[in-house]
Amino acid sequence: MTTKIDKADPVDTPPPAPENIKAIPVRHYGRWITAVVAITLIVTLVMAFARGDVNWGAIPDYFFDKEVLRGVRNTVWITILSMALGVVLGIILAVMRLSKNPVTSSIAWGYIWFFRGTPVYVQLLVWFNLGLVFNYINLGPIYKDEWSDFMTPFLAALLGLGLNEAAYMAEICRAGLQAVDEGQTEAAQALGMSHAKTLRRVVLPQAMRVIVPPTGNEFINMLKTTSLVIAVQYWDLLQATTNVGQNTGATAEMLFLAAAWYLILTSVLSVGQYYLERYYARGSSRSLPMTPLQRIRVNLLSGSNRQGGVSA
Amino acid sequence: MTAMVKAEGVHKSFGAVQVLKGIDLEVAPREVFCLIGPSGSGKSTFLRCINHLEKINSGRLYVDGDLVGYRQKGDKLYELRDREVAEKRRDIGMVFQRFNLFPHMTALENVIEAPVQVKKETKAVARERALKLLDRVGLADKAGNYPSQLSGGQQQRVAIARALAMEPKLMLFDEPTSALDPELVGDVLDVMRGLAEDGMTMIVVTHEMGFAREVGDSVVFMDDGVVVESGHPREVLTNPQHERTKSFLSKVL
Repeated sequence: MTTKIDKADPVDTPPPAPENIKAIPVRHYGRWITAVVAITLIVTLVMAFARGDVNWGAIPDYFFDKEVLRGVRNTVWITILSMALGVVLGIILAVMRLSKNPVTSSIAWGYIWFFRGTPVYVQLLVWFNLGLVFNYINLGPIYKDEWSDFMTPFLAALLGLGLNEAAYMAEICRAGLQAVDEGQTEAAQALGMSHAKTLRRVVLPQAMRVIVPPTGNEFINMLKTTSLVIAVQYWDLLQATTNVGQNTGATAEMLFLAAAWYLILTSVLSVGQYYLERYYARGSSRSLPMTPLQRIRVNLLSGSNRQGGVSA
Repeated sequence: MTAMVKAEGVHKSFGAVQVLKGIDLEVAPREVFCLIGPSGSGKSTFLRCINHLEKINSGRLYVDGDLVGYRQKGDKLYELRDREVAEKRRDIGMVFQRFNLFPHMTALENVIEAPVQVKKETKAVARERALKLLDRVGLADKAGNYPSQLSGGQQQRVAIARALAMEPKLMLFDEPTSALDPELVGDVLDVMRGLAEDGMTMIVVTHEMGFAREVGDSVVFMDDGVVVESGHPREVLTNPQHERTKSFLSKVL
């Protein structure tokens, strides 16, 4: 009986805890020394920048400048669109590469070989300068225009980044699809599911667990790679800040500003990636790990409990 | 009465390795048919041929009077399209050694997946039957659990419920208890015993000689790709005629 009451209300009568060991902990002098050295180096670096001829005030002044914001918007926009193009095309290429049809799998292989084997910067320039070899674009009755009007900086940036990304996404998706146990396909087929349904309902959702983390990395990478579209004169964040820098003379300051914006954007993406990974991990482990918010809440609660226990 | 499964000279090889070397057998409707034999004797391969997870190289294999994987017109054989093969598989339930539950779906979602996606049943109808099936295998309270939250025995019982949800006329069991802890084997065998009592036609590849003796209507002993001995469990298991059967049984019993 008494044990039952104990369990119901542990605060009133705490169970007799075994005595904790009291020992002199090992002193880690090495850790203290490295910490001091590291902090000294950082302080020196900060001081150097503080003493340098940097017009820090220019950064907040132009942080929300209209042109800079337009650059931010364009950077986010081209990142999302290129990634969307890359993911969709990547999935198609991965399925083609794994298909039993030797023609489609060879085409996919060739695509990946070409687009992964040449620098993205070169690809961007090639798209932009294709007008040198094509005067017109002629899609029969659907569309006809002069090449220079058709290949805008936006389209060149989108094709250059998106088609390049597709090659990487294809390999990521292929790895994901191949990571799913063959027994899963067999079980689905034994139930009478078609190939397409097996892929969509059983294999892909499980492949996502393998695909999402590297795709998150690709997304963050893409955001930074968009700074190359300055080569095709697309008005992205770097182009905007460079422009402001040239007009105001605060060139270095505007680069710091661009770096700050890129950091903010990649941080936001990292948080999104965390929650997406968590979603696709469902069923793979017995219980999902807590989100940072949940962890903070639990820590606060247990902290107050512990205090209660001590005071009792 | 047509046999539920009929095999005539079934051969199967993987590359140069011949796994099945001419299997002839018949399984009657409502029969519990146990396949026993050492590892690598071709039992599982034969089972997988029945729902065309493996293609046979020669011979004929019939399920409920229909050729497996082919259509015969005159004396010519035409391969079935993937869609037609899938259609035939709906009537054949299969339970795997390693369960193969879909890990991203709860037990209930596993059971309703095929009826909803393949048979186009409404979710409500499928759900109602799924809950009954889960109750039947003793897991009514685990409907919302993911496979990783279930023990091996529970997972295998969900897998049986998943196969039953398609209302098959034939159930194939591929060593359903071999991956289980000994103490969990009983629950799965109880469910299978109940199925047998309800008159389900079952082909069971198993190492559980007790189950074969009590529940089986006939037992086939396979070794090295051929049927060595077959008959009523009592005869085959207690009074084997062939040396090979005797030595196998002396090791497992």
